[in-house]
Amino acid sequence: MAGAADDTGWQDEMVLTAAFFYLFAGLAVASGIIVVLARNPVHAVLFLILTFFNAAGLFVLLGAEFLAMLLIVVYVGAVAVLFLFVVMMLDVDFAALRAGFIRNAPLGALVGLVLAAELVMVVGAWVFKPAIVATVKSSIPPAGAGISNTRALGRIIYTDYIYFFQAAGLILLVAMIGAIVLTLRHKAGVKRQSIAAQVARRPEDSMELVKVAPGGAVMPSNEPRN
Amino acid sequence: MDLLTIGLGHYLTVAALLFTIGIFGIFLNRKNVIVILMSVELMLLAVNINLVAFSAFLNDLVGQVFALFVLTVAAAEAAIGLAIVVVYYRNRGSIAVEDINMMKG
Repeated sequence: MAGAADDTGWQDEMVLTAAFFYLFAGLAVASGIIVVLARNPVHAVLFLILTFFNAAGLFVLLGAEFLAMLLIVVYVGAVAVLFLFVVMMLDVDFAALRAGFIRNAPLGALVGLVLAAELVMVVGAWVFKPAIVATVKSSIPPAGAGISNTRALGRIIYTDYIYFFQAAGLILLVAMIGAIVLTLRHKAGVKRQSIAAQVARRPEDSMELVKVAPGGAVMPSNEPRN
Repeated sequence: MDLLTIGLGHYLTVAALLFTIGIFGIFLNRKNVIVILMSVELMLLAVNINLVAFSAFLNDLVGQVFALFVLTVAAAEAAIGLAIVVVYYRNRGSIAVEDINMMKG
């Protein structure tokens, strides 16, 4: 009887996994469709956030907890908010941008259907080469080993992939500098504080001692004072 | 594909659907750069789902490392792309794609 109980427990777990998979996958695809169809781009960004949340759920189901949290922190916390800022900051007539929406739809649907058919054929026909599993060098630690996904990833990122990791950091640095340089703007006619000029200022530049004879008058010097 | 045992094929199907939606979105919103950028983000997300699914089912962590790098590059691309959109809007007062013709390319 114990074996039967174990069997139903295993089946329950499987059904639960399947239910969550279909929940996350269905919501991700549905909100993805809303992203491209939405009339209001703010709604599109919000549904993009929902898509990312559901993709993070799929990552958790796959055992990639670190990437799931990264997706939420980086995408929902930074990239999607950046999109939201730009959409709200630019005063654009988004209705005018949708002018060719219906006209473009048939071509888009055609290309999309062809691509989907190709991808379905690939998904339906692949097999693992049996020898490929033996070539895996950094395998995922089993669940009982007490090594979390984050720790296992860190172990190989900071050793085998350290140069790639540094290159990723450099890419982010270049992107940051590029975005700042692109959007930085110096307005003409704005009074700014010049710290170098302030520090270099000397008393003789800014004041003049004048001996005034009794009964005499002080004539201002012609030199401009800064 | 069995409906209840979730295998690699299920994840690949979801990723394929998301990728197709991204392509469809680029065609549909040909004038709106912001929605085009969002469609590109959807396609990169589909690629990441593929990488993580293969990583999990092949029992190989390297796929997740690569997904991490794809995520990094996607974030950089979104930041630069939105900066370009902001600069373009500042200069031309519009973000319509067909107005981008100053270089007559």
